[in-house]
Amino acid sequence: MSLPLSLGPARPVPLSSINPVAQLGALGFVLPVLLVSGGLLTPLIVLAAEVCLLPAAGLARPRALLARTWPLLLGAAGVAWVNVLFGDASGGSGWPSAIALAVRVLALALPGVLLVASTDPVRLADALTVHWRVSTRFAYGALAALRLVPLLATEWQTIRLARRARGIEPGRNPVAHARLFAGTAFALLVAAVRRGTRLATAMDARGFDSGVERSNARGSRLRLRDAGYLGGAALVCLLAVLVSVRAGDWHPVLGG
Amino acid sequence: MAGSAPAAVRLTGWGFRYASRRAWAARDVDLLVEPGERVLLTGASGSGKSTLLHALAGLLGPDEGEQAGGITVGGQQPGRARAGTAVVFQDPDAQLVMTRAGDDVAFGLENAGLPPDRIWAAVDAALDAVGFPYGREHATAALSGGQKQRLVLAGALAGRPGLLLLDEPTAQLDPDGAALVRTAVARAVADRGSTLLVVDHDAAAWLPLVDRVVELRAEGGAVQHGAGWAPAPLRLPARTPRPAGELLLRADAAGFTHRGSDVPALPPTDVAVPAGRTLAVTGPNGTGKSTLALLLAGLRGPTTGRVTAGPALTAGLARPGRPPHRWRADALVRRIGTVFQHPEHQFLTGRVRDELALGPLRSGAGDDAASRRADELMERLGLAALAEANPFTLSGGQQRRLSVATALATVPFVLVLDEPTFGQDRDTWSDLVALLAEQQDEGRALVLVTHDAAVVDALADDVLRLTPATGAEGPA
Repeated sequence: MSLPLSLGPARPVPLSSINPVAQLGALGFVLPVLLVSGGLLTPLIVLAAEVCLLPAAGLARPRALLARTWPLLLGAAGVAWVNVLFGDASGGSGWPSAIALAVRVLALALPGVLLVASTDPVRLADALTVHWRVSTRFAYGALAALRLVPLLATEWQTIRLARRARGIEPGRNPVAHARLFAGTAFALLVAAVRRGTRLATAMDARGFDSGVERSNARGSRLRLRDAGYLGGAALVCLLAVLVSVRAGDWHPVLGG
Repeated sequence: MAGSAPAAVRLTGWGFRYASRRAWAARDVDLLVEPGERVLLTGASGSGKSTLLHALAGLLGPDEGEQAGGITVGGQQPGRARAGTAVVFQDPDAQLVMTRAGDDVAFGLENAGLPPDRIWAAVDAALDAVGFPYGREHATAALSGGQKQRLVLAGALAGRPGLLLLDEPTAQLDPDGAALVRTAVARAVADRGSTLLVVDHDAAAWLPLVDRVVELRAEGGAVQHGAGWAPAPLRLPARTPRPAGELLLRADAAGFTHRGSDVPALPPTDVAVPAGRTLAVTGPNGTGKSTLALLLAGLRGPTTGRVTAGPALTAGLARPGRPPHRWRADALVRRIGTVFQHPEHQFLTGRVRDELALGPLRSGAGDDAASRRADELMERLGLAALAEANPFTLSGGQQRRLSVATALATVPFVLVLDEPTFGQDRDTWSDLVALLAEQQDEGRALVLVTHDAAVVDALADDVLRLTPATGAEGPA
């Protein structure tokens, strides 16, 4: 099983040259438009633009793309299926509205995939603290915690094996399975809290809690291309709405 | 933080009691360390070495507990001198913050508010000072334990601290990694730009690096050792080697590759485990020692080759033809006992007595038999006074003894132990080695995965040294 989120320094892709806050800012245009749009055309145009950006995020090969988006595709299919099943009851019209909804889900979620695929977590923390004045304690604390996640996966395995070594095994009983899972999860939680506490102590010993205003060695610059990216996002949204209105497919629904 | 002069350390009648404890963690300590001096602080576990170091680092405030006597760093309260003090702890994974080496070294300098244009020069100087062999962009996750700890040391040195505190910095490393870190420390403090205080039970290894040794006493106070002092030799059990008994376990070209990985965690390996003998498995990190232990312990199935059990082990099994990893857990614990590297991973109950009775209960002994077995083990291993204590609150040495005892509770034929002497001081080390020698004399087979050359000398009949298959650096 491979996780769709990979941790650690990300290999730079063309889209990495766009500042993470510009990518988040672009969501400020895309989200409201998608949330109020009711038809198929608006989300379809937005989705098409997003798909065009996939190669720039290093997601050109179908395998790499699938590895990152399978939970999303599954979710969109689920939404469509539920809508086909219950669509008539809620006044929708089966397949067409189901497809429109699925496209909307994809168009809403793909910017997140682009952001994760093209952004190094450290650069994201830098951009958030430098430009949006997000608390450094929160941003770098979260970053440090993120480093511990792969270690937890190893720890989970060890705790499972250690329980078998103590004679504890669920066999075929589902209740015993649930109890073993809960016990292992609790042991993992205890281990995570212990290690997290030690990490926090070590960070404070390096002056993280000194109260001095933190400087940033890497910095985070906003450039012309970031403005261009934002403008592009606004333009795509505008275009999508205009085309939908022209085609008579603009049925705004507030709050979705 | 950028550039402090070497600081003096002065303790007069100092003591500390944690808020949650009744006993003092350390008391009546008098110590004077001159600026630029290099001192090793040693003592048995529970003598308060680490507490003293935390206090000097300014990490023990009034919330943590009660303080007695005087303690100053560079003439100031440790809390006020924190900007000029740097600490390195045991576990590198609980100290690295960033994903890239250079960013991690820069972390402390950023916290001190140093302007960005001065940070990178200081980072490069610190990486050079510890002899870090990779560039700033190197991923921290891809480093070995020793290199990670070297990087942590670079992060501590980057601000040119007046006082450098090392809290058992090599306790979690293999001998190569530990040597790497000691070389880096020697190189970094050669100019005496920082006062150095090292806490470690392994005094011998640090002797060439320090000016003098101070030993904390568990009953309070500190003893200053003069030049030429050396730690007392380890107590070793008297042993008479026995001929190999019946074959209990064997591995034929058994190897293991994690799912989704191209590189085997353990290349195909042959092992024979006869009764009454001890096999030590040694070798650098990443060569698959612990993986081999899991295969022999019946906790994982090999992905190539096979592990088979001899007739003495399979007697009484419903399906004796099955390999150990397919045995039911209750059948497994009566045949093969496993002791993991970190005892806390294995503890399942809230009391020492219950912990010992659990295995026998699980493998079908009645309540009475299980509780008799628990009493007998507690008596033999000196844990009787702790019968009602919570296993998680025991000291490192006690936890280790308890984890070995839990494996012995079901009277297995084979005992597999992963780094059993990890983190033990000289006394608990000797107790543990004596306990294991007894097991061997009773005819049990022991498989020891270890980096500890002394335990190999003391116990091993056979040694299997695993070597790296490729030049790739394995995980810590």
